[in-house]
Amino acid sequence: MIELFAELFSHAFVIRALVVGALVALCAALLGVTLVLKRCSMIGDGLSHVGFGALALAMSLRLTPLEVSLPVVLLAAFLLLRVSESSKIRGDAAIALISSSSLAVGVVALSMTTGMNADVCNYMFGSILTMTKSDVALSVAVAVAVLTLYLLFYSRIFAVTFDEDFARATGVQAGRYNTLVALLTAMVIVVGMRMMGAMLISSLIIFPALTAMRVFSSFRGVTLCAAVLSVACFFVGVTLSFALSTPTGASVVLVNLAAFCLFSLVGLLWKR
Amino acid sequence: MLDCRNVSVSYDGKTVVEDVSFALAPGDCLRIVGENGSGKSTLMKGLLGLLPLSGGGTVFCVGRNEVGYLPQQTPARGDFPANVREVVLSGRLNRRGFSPFCTRRDRASADENMERLGIASLAGKPYRALSGGQQRRVLLARALCAAGTLLMLDEPSAGLDPLAVSQVDVLLEKLNQEGMTLVVISHDLKSAAHSGGKVLHMRKKALFFGSAEDYAETALYRRMTAPEGGCGF
Repeated sequence: MIELFAELFSHAFVIRALVVGALVALCAALLGVTLVLKRCSMIGDGLSHVGFGALALAMSLRLTPLEVSLPVVLLAAFLLLRVSESSKIRGDAAIALISSSSLAVGVVALSMTTGMNADVCNYMFGSILTMTKSDVALSVAVAVAVLTLYLLFYSRIFAVTFDEDFARATGVQAGRYNTLVALLTAMVIVVGMRMMGAMLISSLIIFPALTAMRVFSSFRGVTLCAAVLSVACFFVGVTLSFALSTPTGASVVLVNLAAFCLFSLVGLLWKR
Repeated sequence: MLDCRNVSVSYDGKTVVEDVSFALAPGDCLRIVGENGSGKSTLMKGLLGLLPLSGGGTVFCVGRNEVGYLPQQTPARGDFPANVREVVLSGRLNRRGFSPFCTRRDRASADENMERLGIASLAGKPYRALSGGQQRRVLLARALCAAGTLLMLDEPSAGLDPLAVSQVDVLLEKLNQEGMTLVVISHDLKSAAHSGGKVLHMRKKALFFGSAEDYAETALYRRMTAPEGGCGF
């Protein structure tokens, strides 16, 4: 066991991946509580597909993937929010439309240029080998932004999540907080996509909140539990993936699934 | 305090409230009555800025940090994790300015209002585990936390047992005597007509606006409250 950890921490890329991953897992869990409770968890999923489409386009055009996908995903987050608020097309349907369309754009762009090479696979299903120093810098910046804003606006985020009408009636600018949460989510998704994979990153947003809700019944309890749980599941997942040579992203998702099952069981027994 | 002129509100392309005008002075108590679907709740949402006004009407209202609001329906979905104290405390947000953390005064106000509504013992309980009437009282406590000078209540007594209804009535009367301006949506025409305040009778338009004494004299009121034939439940 100790040898395993010694070996794990002897690689610079693993340490980079752990730092980035833990920060992304923490931020995703915090934003996830709000998104899940507002029934917007599909926004995370939609945005990750948009992210993949943007990455694929960038690779076909030989541009830097991150520099293209960040603005595109931010724009998509803004649009998705507007569309789901306008209620002409239902929110979930709008997200499905946008996410499958951008996936299609990405696949077509790739087939016309590079094809489905290993690089593309890495972006779809994640790889901890791809972490660079600039990725670490970007993820630390995003994490600091998310944590600061979340702490500062915690009560307002609760108010808007619990009862948007009341919050607006008493002068909280609900629209601003919704936009803030969507934009922060977009940033977390872009940063986390390289390691977790575009297809798997949304689980980091959805799982911790749902798992915490099995056992805790206060907003603060759920928020804290989701944050701790998300980071813990990430570390366990990375360690397992290292020991068993399984893909990182998928391993983290499976550990999250196990935690969800465990908490569901505890929740059931608790209520008896 | 509250002055609305030629207010119309449309909802999905249909005009639900049409050309309503009235004005309230500080300390007034207005009861809005009318049948189901007559536009009472929509009017209140229009006054609060939750729905856009159509047709050039205007609403002058005290600042948002003076307003408390009780919505008609319980807002969050069934399994929302929040305890009673968290919900009541969220009513204090409009008093806090930009400070991110709640102060001792916020907590004291939350405690006081939970005490007033007889839910102090539920403070740590999950909101989702409460009965409909208890949830209603929690939201009322939240509205009281938010209200500085104006309190807008959409059917405060819906879902409450008779004892709780009279407690809430006494509480509202006391608040009104202390100078709080009240706007209350109610189905109870008789108590509205004998409330001593003002009455607005809605049926898409304002059929009546004036004092409760005048309202009790109108043909509209007599027709609505006339005992009907038949088996009288």
